[in-house]
Amino acid sequence: MRNLIRFIDRYSFFFLFLFFEVIAFYLLFRNNHFQQAAFLNSTNAVSGGLYKKYANFSEYLNLKEINESLSEENRRLREMQIESFHQIFGENIYIQDTLYQLQYHFAKAKVINNSTNKQNNYITLDKGSHNGLEVGMGVISPNGVVGIIKNVSDHYASVLSLLHSRTKVSCKLQNTNYFGSLQWDGKDYQTGNLLDIPNHVKIEIGDTVITSGYSSTFPENLIVGIIKDFNKPEGENFYQIQVSYSNDFKNINQVYVVKNKYKNEQDSLELKTIQEYD
Amino acid sequence: MIKNYLAYPIQLIILILVQVILLNNIQFSGFINPFLYIIFILWLPISTPKWLLLSLSFFVGISVDVFSNTLGMHASACLFIAFCRPYVLNILAPRDGYEANQQPGYQDFGFIWFISYAAILTLLHHTFLFFVEVFRFSDFFSTLGRILASTFFTLLLIGITQLFKYNSEAR
Repeated sequence: MRNLIRFIDRYSFFFLFLFFEVIAFYLLFRNNHFQQAAFLNSTNAVSGGLYKKYANFSEYLNLKEINESLSEENRRLREMQIESFHQIFGENIYIQDTLYQLQYHFAKAKVINNSTNKQNNYITLDKGSHNGLEVGMGVISPNGVVGIIKNVSDHYASVLSLLHSRTKVSCKLQNTNYFGSLQWDGKDYQTGNLLDIPNHVKIEIGDTVITSGYSSTFPENLIVGIIKDFNKPEGENFYQIQVSYSNDFKNINQVYVVKNKYKNEQDSLELKTIQEYD
Repeated sequence: MIKNYLAYPIQLIILILVQVILLNNIQFSGFINPFLYIIFILWLPISTPKWLLLSLSFFVGISVDVFSNTLGMHASACLFIAFCRPYVLNILAPRDGYEANQQPGYQDFGFIWFISYAAILTLLHHTFLFFVEVFRFSDFFSTLGRILASTFFTLLLIGITQLFKYNSEAR
């Protein structure tokens, strides 16, 4: 026993180091694997408040780019308005009907913290559960898909950016409708990988990749990026496709959070079917 | 003497703010991210008790982690260099040993000594940090490149920061 105590005493530095290191790795793994609303992340009050103040300062510097992307979006929306279509046949009559029901709500939010240089990147928004944001909602910007909300606190939300090794977005090719999933390999913040596109499909560099709308997170036909490069690995049935993102993740400021009113319905229906027939 | 001890918390706050507000946003060519805050661990007096050294490093690491959403990552890397620090100091010890209350810096030990001391610990810190971050050995060489590039920039910043401190003390 005395020997044991002497042993521990002699190597106390090492044991203390080991003790702290175990705590650090425990925090690291718990935070990564279970993705719980850990109280010590940037959604908490202190760091969230600090980042918000900082974002208020730095926002001025980007006003020009923000204005440009917003007016570009306005232009696109204006093109889709009924007034911009020339009437060729007959008269149009507007009828308030019950054929259409609003499925997607969009909430405006501001990015107050962002990174692109890590292997797993997160974005913090200045809106939280008090503004109706919930875990699992999609986040888009005027230029395309940004990420998925992972955690919400009362006033802030933490988003898994597309630049995260665990983010998967269901995408399809605009002209052929073949779908696959988009992931990031952690190398270049401007390119991601589109997986599971079978290699009999004809694709070309420059083809547009859009959201498939299969998952209940994003609406269909949102732009994600364009094909930058692709190859057919030998002995495999699928392409390796590199997609360059339509968003510049270093310059995101104003975003929209997508709320799908039918998300619960779709998810619970799918889950029910899987449980019954698996 | 007391004034000296008060300087550490202030240093700590300034370094962490600089790290999370300024340096985490500076990215030379996408991937290189300098981590200046470890200079706090380098600066602690040589006679710092070992338990205090480990606790402070853990605290510094956790503080940076809280702001960058990487809970535990910087803390583990900081602990690692805190653990290595006494051994590195032993290797670099001058012939007649250290005196009480000496602080690593240009002033007591000269430029070459401080830079080699900082280089060893920075390299250890970045190696540990980047490998914990990717958590695989598959992209070994790209990770190695990032480690070396970031080490270089961190070291550059440490050299400059140390120069400021040296001047203000000499005055």
